[in-house]
Amino acid sequence: MDTMAAIRETFFQECEEQLGELEVGLNAMEEGVADSETVNAVFRAVHSIKGGAGAFKLDRLVRFAHTFETTLDLIRSDQLATSPAVMRTMLRSADLLADLVKSARSGDAVEEARVEAQIAELKALTENVKEAPAETGAGEAEGLDFQPVLLALDDLGASESQTARYAIKLIPAPDLYRKGNETVRLLRELSRMGEFRVECDARHVPTLDALDPEGAYLAWRVQLTTAEDEASIHELFEFVVDDCELEIVVDRAGPIAAPEASAPVELAPPTPVAVANDVVAPADVAPAEAPVATAAGEAERAKAEPGKPEATATAATIRVDLERVDRLINLVGELVINQAMLSQRVLEAGLARSSSVAAGLGALEQLTREIQEGVMAIRAQPVKPLFQRMSRIVRELTDATGKIVRLRTEGEATEVDRTVIERLADPLTHMIRNAVDHGVERPEVREAAGKPAQGEVKLSAAHRSGRIVIEVSDDGAGIDRERVREIAIKKELIAPDAQLSESEIDNLLFMPGFSTAQTVSSISGRGVGMDVVKRSIQALGGRITISSRPGKGSTFSMSLPLTLAVLDGMVVKVADQTLVVPLTAIVETLRPKRGEVHALGVNARVISDRGGFAPLIDVGQELGYRRDAADPVGSVVLVVETEVSTRCALVVDAIHDQRQVVIKSLEANYRQVPGIAAATILGDGRVALILDIDTFVARTNRSAQEPLLAATG
Amino acid sequence: MKEANTVADAPREFIAFRIGVQEFCIDIMSVREIRGWTPATALPHAPPYVRGVINLRGSVLPIVDLAERLGFPPTDASARQVIIVVQVGAQIVGLLVDAVSDILTLTTETIQPTPEVASAFVRSFVRGMLAIDGRMIGVIELDSIMSTETEAAA
Repeated sequence: MDTMAAIRETFFQECEEQLGELEVGLNAMEEGVADSETVNAVFRAVHSIKGGAGAFKLDRLVRFAHTFETTLDLIRSDQLATSPAVMRTMLRSADLLADLVKSARSGDAVEEARVEAQIAELKALTENVKEAPAETGAGEAEGLDFQPVLLALDDLGASESQTARYAIKLIPAPDLYRKGNETVRLLRELSRMGEFRVECDARHVPTLDALDPEGAYLAWRVQLTTAEDEASIHELFEFVVDDCELEIVVDRAGPIAAPEASAPVELAPPTPVAVANDVVAPADVAPAEAPVATAAGEAERAKAEPGKPEATATAATIRVDLERVDRLINLVGELVINQAMLSQRVLEAGLARSSSVAAGLGALEQLTREIQEGVMAIRAQPVKPLFQRMSRIVRELTDATGKIVRLRTEGEATEVDRTVIERLADPLTHMIRNAVDHGVERPEVREAAGKPAQGEVKLSAAHRSGRIVIEVSDDGAGIDRERVREIAIKKELIAPDAQLSESEIDNLLFMPGFSTAQTVSSISGRGVGMDVVKRSIQALGGRITISSRPGKGSTFSMSLPLTLAVLDGMVVKVADQTLVVPLTAIVETLRPKRGEVHALGVNARVISDRGGFAPLIDVGQELGYRRDAADPVGSVVLVVETEVSTRCALVVDAIHDQRQVVIKSLEANYRQVPGIAAATILGDGRVALILDIDTFVARTNRSAQEPLLAATG
Repeated sequence: MKEANTVADAPREFIAFRIGVQEFCIDIMSVREIRGWTPATALPHAPPYVRGVINLRGSVLPIVDLAERLGFPPTDASARQVIIVVQVGAQIVGLLVDAVSDILTLTTETIQPTPEVASAFVRSFVRGMLAIDGRMIGVIELDSIMSTETEAAA
């Protein structure tokens, strides 16, 4: 049972890969840059999913994949042109296929009507092509093992005349059994196809002393009279064809199928029979290649087609359970903490820096850091799958809004921690939705503005100074600042007479409860605004900025840490407590002089900072570590910048250290603490809290306003 | 029916501990370990009974002063006190108590209902009473401790 579940899981993992290839291939085809290899790859992806799904009796998936495959085959044999309309259907089918796979995996429901509609759509394409050569009738035979097409065949009334007799010779090689295949199953399947007679040839069975228990000595001869075509028989042997000698000969054929069914594949004229042969091309071609290509695994065989060196040259990879990687990362985190503790002890013991102990410790530190980096790299993954998901969203939106939008992606190979990728999916989806829904204009509006009717949304990723920068930009109308202002005033987010700079107006979009679409559409008006996006990005330790040019479009730029496991921080002391302040937030540190600190109002103070004033926040007082604020003079001030580019001066007692710390969740055993991002464990083994600059400053702003309001009101 | 009875009557083990002069106990199945007191890092904006967090072999463990949680005066934590590390749902929490006193093996039927004299607040944690050798021991249900904690914090 467990093994079965594991195999099933592997199948789904492979499905993910196949779906990825499918999407890439279809996108290339849509852009018209696809060669026949791409088309083949697309076909193979669907075919493999179908094959695997069949093995697991996922009938719905098989049925749809088959219809999909049939249509793809027409494209492959150049009978169906890849017009934009056809490609849209193909991409939508790929989406549905992905949903069906997901449904089979997790039990999510997929509406039957959607499947039927998509099958009908695909069939419509196939029917169109087949109308012309329909008189031969044989072309329909390809789908015989599947219900829907069987009906179509009945309509043609050709099924009766199609019975043919085949002589099949099957000599299995030992590898066939070794790979878990069974001749009895194959024969049983064959017996279901029609009138069946089988003879076993046991002549080659050696005497017992010479018998290899794992060898294969039996051969079978089958006489089969069936209405199924030769391709269906080939399909049956698809998974064993490399590991046996197989001969399928038409003995006495039915009137129509006879001459063509036995025709070799190489002829491949665009006749319906060739279509039938092509459906099982991998199986058909394989026997000829079998002597050349050394017996590889099933999966490899599917990929390693000749003439596609990129596919064969893929780097060797292994699948590892994510839990194991996480465990390793946790352990390395422990190692880093332990190493820091050890260093501290050595220092406390008063050993000289030049001592061999200190030197050994230095080497250990170096190694620890390298191990940590190596382990982090295991978790790093390219953003490609994430970006691929986005192209689907753009597609669905294009269908729903009537806008014409193309998604261009850049830097798909950029790698970032898996967790970051996972947690980026929702905010990114939302931003892409926004870009299509609010950014790109309707085609007629675009044309009136002298722009091409097709809008473009660009999604790019790049590494920049130890962080990953992801940008979503559109070539739409840009942010209508006048309207943003109006809405903000109407929603009482700003005062009617507030003087705001352009970037301040743009940043209003991030305020809670802001939605600029004229009409609340089903796409963006879901109650989640850009404020949610911003919060999720911040929760990842990232920041998001907007830039927009009227008539030219907007760009949302997100800068995120490459990993969520470590953080560069400044270790500070506040009222006998040790805190860590993220280094990315700190602009400068200073020791204020008497004249630079000014009182403002009852208990607020500011510090002159680069020509402006930054509010002074006493960290110890704010966190409740002490009742009264410390005198900023004589303390250390950290000037920090928040995501909304406001500067604040945090008063702390002393700076201890600057170092990389391992992030430990507070939520795992406790809950989220406002103003605190997470915790870490320091060299002395004690827990230190990591400050979350944005929520911390936002909180102080709120509490600072309260007495002020009370005084005026 | 018979099966249900055997489950209910199966002897369970409890860890008894002292808070001041009173004795309480919790199901041993939820206890992960018992360790000495180490100074905790204070958490801002936390309810008073949350003493802070400590490092438990790499995990951040919140410490609840059980005395203060039950409405007694706060424990004056020193090296003499102990922390009982317990699993509550998916979380691991440290309970600060004065001392561990006993391990009890008893069947559920020996647990008597908490008398009405106790306040509803205390009764929400102390779900039953035990009388053993003239001692009175309150049986604490951990789930309610933590769930009330979140309620109180909200």
